[in-house]
Amino acid sequence: MSASETPPGGVRLTPEEKQRQNKRSRAIGYAIAGLCLLFYVITVFKMGPAIMSRSL
Amino acid sequence: MSELGAELRRESLISNADPEDFIALLKPRVMSLVVFTALVGLVIAPGTIHPVIGFIAIFAIAIGGGASGALNMWYEADTDALMRRTMNRPIPGGRVSRGEALSFGLFLSVFSVMVLGLATNWVAAGLLAFTIFFYVVVYTIGLKRYTAQNIVIGGAAGALPPVIGWAAVTGNVALEPMILFGIIFLWTPPHFWALALVKCEDYGRAGIPMLPNVAGVDATRLQILLYTLVLVPCGLAPLWFGFAGMVYAAAAVLGGAMMLYWAVAIYRVREEEAFRKACWRMFGGSIVYLFALFASLLLEWLGGRLMPFAALTKGYFT
Repeated sequence: MSASETPPGGVRLTPEEKQRQNKRSRAIGYAIAGLCLLFYVITVFKMGPAIMSRSL
Repeated sequence: MSELGAELRRESLISNADPEDFIALLKPRVMSLVVFTALVGLVIAPGTIHPVIGFIAIFAIAIGGGASGALNMWYEADTDALMRRTMNRPIPGGRVSRGEALSFGLFLSVFSVMVLGLATNWVAAGLLAFTIFFYVVVYTIGLKRYTAQNIVIGGAAGALPPVIGWAAVTGNVALEPMILFGIIFLWTPPHFWALALVKCEDYGRAGIPMLPNVAGVDATRLQILLYTLVLVPCGLAPLWFGFAGMVYAAAAVLGGAMMLYWAVAIYRVREEEAFRKACWRMFGGSIVYLFALFASLLLEWLGGRLMPFAALTKGYFT
């Protein structure tokens, strides 16, 4: 959006839009946490104790 | 900029979606069938897989199936808006933009293939990638709007999950999962044509050349019967090839008889209301039939697993 089209003070969200945005943000947060857990679990269960026995 | 223009611009900038809308993009009901059939392919495969890795494999296959659903909805947003059955989907409903659905679907496609490859092997990951490609590019973009054989060929995508599940364990493809593939592949046309028979006005409005719209109702009745006649013996094939037992035999024989009964009813019944009922019965009944076949394979596998424990407890108490 160019500067001339932007309402003064930026786009203001309605309370409903704000609530939806919060819900989406929470869902993205949970998804990222889930991804961390998923890759951790894959690493541990694929490699098992071999994770530690690698030359540095 | 006019007030209306500003409002439209604002709407295009601000997402109106709930997380539930993104879940709806994944077509959860289709996903549940994908999960179930993939699980059966995975458990009947020879060899072992760590249960946690097996769970992750099924999760990745489910996400891959969901991603193809999202990409399908991205491409079909215009025709979805014209059909009563689909007009409330997230994109035609105005809650998710096409761009959001496209990026969501592409991201999940890549993600699911990578996770399956890292967690199991790249044969399974390659099959998942092929499934997504086949469903989105070959079926949705290439076939659906151009040929009445759309769901016949496109059915291959829906039939692949047990093959992927098998490959996740063994790293290759064998006859057994291909038989399961064949069952789902042959099951797809009678199942969807039964729906197309009752929804042919909807499909006609959207310009999708389903068989009843192109070849007529009578030709579709005959095709449903013919496909069912081929499907039922194919449903018995796991018995001949020795990877199914008595529970499966019961499901395949009884279910097969019911499928034939429903197909004959669709072929014979001419009275409008009774015909619609027969179509719905085939549509719903065929889901139960497929579920029963795969559930019985799962039950037999569970039975085989529990047998040693049963024998142990028997010895313990006597």
